[in-house]
Amino acid sequence: MARLDLSQKLAILSDAARYDASCASSGTTRRDSRDGKGLGSTEGSGICHAYAPDGRCISLLKILMTNFCIYDCAYCINRVSSNVQRARFSPDEVVQLTIEFYRRNYIEGLFLSSGIIQSPDKTMEDMLRIAKRLREVENFRGYIHLKTIPDAAPELIEQAGLYADRLSINVELPTDNSVKAYAPEKNPATIRKAMGDVKSRKDVAGERSYTGKRGKRFVPAGQSTQMIIGADGSTDATILGQSTQLYGEYKLKRVYYSAFSPIPDATAKLPLIRPPLVREHRLYQADWLLRFYGFGVDEITASRPDGNLDLEVDPKLAWALQNRAQFPVDVNRASKEMLLRIPGFGTRTVGRILSTRRHRRLRYDDLLRMGASLKKARAFIVAVDWSPGGLTDSAGLRARFAPPPEQLSLF
Amino acid sequence: MYTVPLPRIGTDIAWRDAAKRLIGAGVSPDKVLWDFDNEMGELFATGTTLPPLTRRIKAPQSFVEMANWVVWHKDPQRFARLYALLWRLRHQPGLMQDRADAELAKLRQMEKGVHRCKHKMKAFVRFRDLRQKGERRSFAAWFEPTHHTVEPTAPFFARRFADMDWMIATPDVTAQFVDGNLSFHPGQPKPDLPEDAAEALWGTYFCNIFNPARLKVSAMTSEMPKKYWKNLPEAQHIQGLIAGAEAKVQQMRDKAPTLPPERAAKIKRQLRGDQAED
Ligand code: SF4
Repeated sequence: MARLDLSQKLAILSDAARYDASCASSGTTRRDSRDGKGLGSTEGSGICHAYAPDGRCISLLKILMTNFCIYDCAYCINRVSSNVQRARFSPDEVVQLTIEFYRRNYIEGLFLSSGIIQSPDKTMEDMLRIAKRLREVENFRGYIHLKTIPDAAPELIEQAGLYADRLSINVELPTDNSVKAYAPEKNPATIRKAMGDVKSRKDVAGERSYTGKRGKRFVPAGQSTQMIIGADGSTDATILGQSTQLYGEYKLKRVYYSAFSPIPDATAKLPLIRPPLVREHRLYQADWLLRFYGFGVDEITASRPDGNLDLEVDPKLAWALQNRAQFPVDVNRASKEMLLRIPGFGTRTVGRILSTRRHRRLRYDDLLRMGASLKKARAFIVAVDWSPGGLTDSAGLRARFAPPPEQLSLF
Repeated sequence: MYTVPLPRIGTDIAWRDAAKRLIGAGVSPDKVLWDFDNEMGELFATGTTLPPLTRRIKAPQSFVEMANWVVWHKDPQRFARLYALLWRLRHQPGLMQDRADAELAKLRQMEKGVHRCKHKMKAFVRFRDLRQKGERRSFAAWFEPTHHTVEPTAPFFARRFADMDWMIATPDVTAQFVDGNLSFHPGQPKPDLPEDAAEALWGTYFCNIFNPARLKVSAMTSEMPKKYWKNLPEAQHIQGLIAGAEAKVQQMRDKAPTLPPERAAKIKRQLRGDQAED
């Protein structure tokens, strides 16, 4: 096999990384390089430096160290049984690419993951070497996200947390049985243990010792995980139940849902389907409602008997359509909790309503001026000069929002 | 009648200073003309002497913060609108919380526009290596902002790229950072910047991180509007990626699953052996 040049390696190893949904670079400590002795800064919210035609934000240089892998996860393009072309970066190449891209303002930092070479420990050690060089030799102060190998020794994962802003450990699939079926070398218990270790280590770092000093900075942007959607038969209720548990138990910052995408050289074990993008989108919406809008999993998944989310309308609207007796809601009187349940109103709109309500009784146009989206909300609210009349309970309400049925064509 | 000249560089400080004097002296908004960068021409070229700063008027912090953004908007009415709101705030101190007030809503919208422009500038400036010899490396970029956002955004670049020299040239204002010192200069036409080999690598990355099975062009253009494309080296690949997406996906679908490579069986055997041992 001919030796690959840097550009060819980059092509192979970014291609292999695109199935990881996360590209976030936010929520870490504030740092800069004003002292002139280093490169980079992080200022709370991350920056998307570009968008690919798939609409996804490009914030980090997201690459695999290598796509050689000794495991055989059915959904993964890098599995040992796939015939994909293999490549491997040297640590120096990853460091140089990161630094040179960063200096040109292409990226916020690095998201490094890897196939498993030789052994989990060996792989983790190589990734650590890269992170360490970036921090200690290049004085890089930008963002680093390391995807951790759950089977690696806990000391290695602990070290990774000292260099990285974020660690992620993917649970891969929504249930233990699916993991067993499709990722035979992986062990759900080990994955959970690794997440638990990161959490307890981070808890310790956050506490002050008896001297009043804080422990060493440890993954300031927290940990996240990813679940592949649509590769196995799990329902949305199962998936969201699993997420709720993960958020609670391991204090995860994010659970990413990745619609299973047909991959080149797919295995015969999995369907060559179109990625269920709408489903992925609805799961993110539902996830949001669970975390910031006070909804419970049961409420969100109750609208359909099969335990899946309604694909045609968003989960908040679906809930409102099912619970019309609770509407219309008077925007001049309702509690914050109830305002948050109005379809189309986000947390920002609700905040504005609450602050403006102290100055005037809200009319329809007032809501428009404060940037509220009324397309959906109007059927569910009452304002001084607005009442939806029979609209709230009308039989055709759902049809107003659901996309029209696909036109049939002759064949 | 007062005519207040406002410079292109340092607009924020000049506006705030003038507004303080005028409001302190009780000058009503209809008695003030704001002249940005001599745009009113010869006729108004000489500013009128402003009243001395005798009496300080209290303004809510939220107004001061909003004004600091809005002064950089491109709308010629921005200074007058801000001053008119400041005038009303004297007797309506709670006005800033009233999100339904039409004038305030307009200013908030302008503020949002400047925010967005600042955000896009942080995202879309692309430096090229000038390959100059010396202790510090040296980079330059050409950028075309929608509003007058170079001045309020340049400190971000200074915090981030402090160990190198850089210049961001724009038609509006040019920012320069040399040996740790940030300075601003008049805008300029697009300079000739040397080719930079890193752009090809960046293009390779852009093409390969894209998943053709998830094509969603409108999501891309709403965040990365076409007006920015001409200064983004990666944007030259967009058309090709979109055009080729369907075929690529079809290719994946048509390809029957292949047999695993020979080494797979061996590795699997080893793996099983390894695990049995420990
Ligand atoms: S271990 Fe990771 S890289 Fe290897 S096959 Fe499984 S998912 Fe893919």
